[in-house]
Amino acid sequence: MKSSVIVFPGSNCDRDIAVALEKFQIKNQMIWHNDASLPKSDLVVLPGGFSYGDYLRTGCIASKSKILDDVIKHAKNGGLLLGICNGFQILTETGLLPGVLLRNKKLRFLSKNVFLKVINFNNRFCHNYKKKDTIELPIAHNEGNYFANEKEIKKLEDNDLIAFKYSDKEGNINENTNPNGSSQNIAGILNNKKNILGMMPHPERLIDPLLSGEDGSLMFESLIKS
Amino acid sequence: MIVTLKKEVLDPQGKVVSQTLKNMGYDNITNVRQGKHFDIELNETDKEKAKKAVEEICKKLLSNVVIEDYTINLK
Repeated sequence: MKSSVIVFPGSNCDRDIAVALEKFQIKNQMIWHNDASLPKSDLVVLPGGFSYGDYLRTGCIASKSKILDDVIKHAKNGGLLLGICNGFQILTETGLLPGVLLRNKKLRFLSKNVFLKVINFNNRFCHNYKKKDTIELPIAHNEGNYFANEKEIKKLEDNDLIAFKYSDKEGNINENTNPNGSSQNIAGILNNKKNILGMMPHPERLIDPLLSGEDGSLMFESLIKS
Repeated sequence: MIVTLKKEVLDPQGKVVSQTLKNMGYDNITNVRQGKHFDIELNETDKEKAKKAVEEICKKLLSNVVIEDYTINLK
């Protein structure tokens, strides 16, 4: 399997995701945002960070980068595309995923581990989570408050496109288990074809017992098995 | 041009500003919405063309129509 991680000025999780991909024998290349073309890849990752210092709106300037034309083509042709944190924000700004990520409800930067209930297992990113009721992953963001109008939320629900919701360890989903004010506790969503996943939590940060957990590994194992 | 969050979108910063103003004694404040202001200079003499260009810029870059409204003032 071949992957490309797109690097923007201000990306800061690009090397973490590269380490994670390589750990699972995915052949990865780092691609600068201003490059004219994307090398042949099975998976493209938009990493976390603060691309362009979050100027204007988070992910907005990055979504207009040169390489994004090819990334969008890759996704429209059915290629896998994963946006983590700032990557998710970029995906909503390109319009590949609906909605937008607003500032956290309590206006605080959040950096902690959260529990997630996996809502959709039937996609190439998540099928390994079938055996788990809930998973634990870190979040680290200031704008993770997922918002979409009622019609869009209903579409996500009706088409089973919500991948993860913030929950407690037992899988209860309510206001108390919602760290940032997201609509319906949404932490990650898929596109209709389920080849694009945008998520605020960081799977690349939990890929080894030395990093206190391996719930992130399951996603990369899902990807190489599929 | 001015970009503000749509009415139905929660504006936590505006809420904090509103509460602070109340704490300062401005009891008559009922609501505050925070927004962004852009001054754009164009090399264009035709007002209609200028408005059209700025509108396109608003839609494509300066605002996210999912959550924001914009208003344009031509001078």
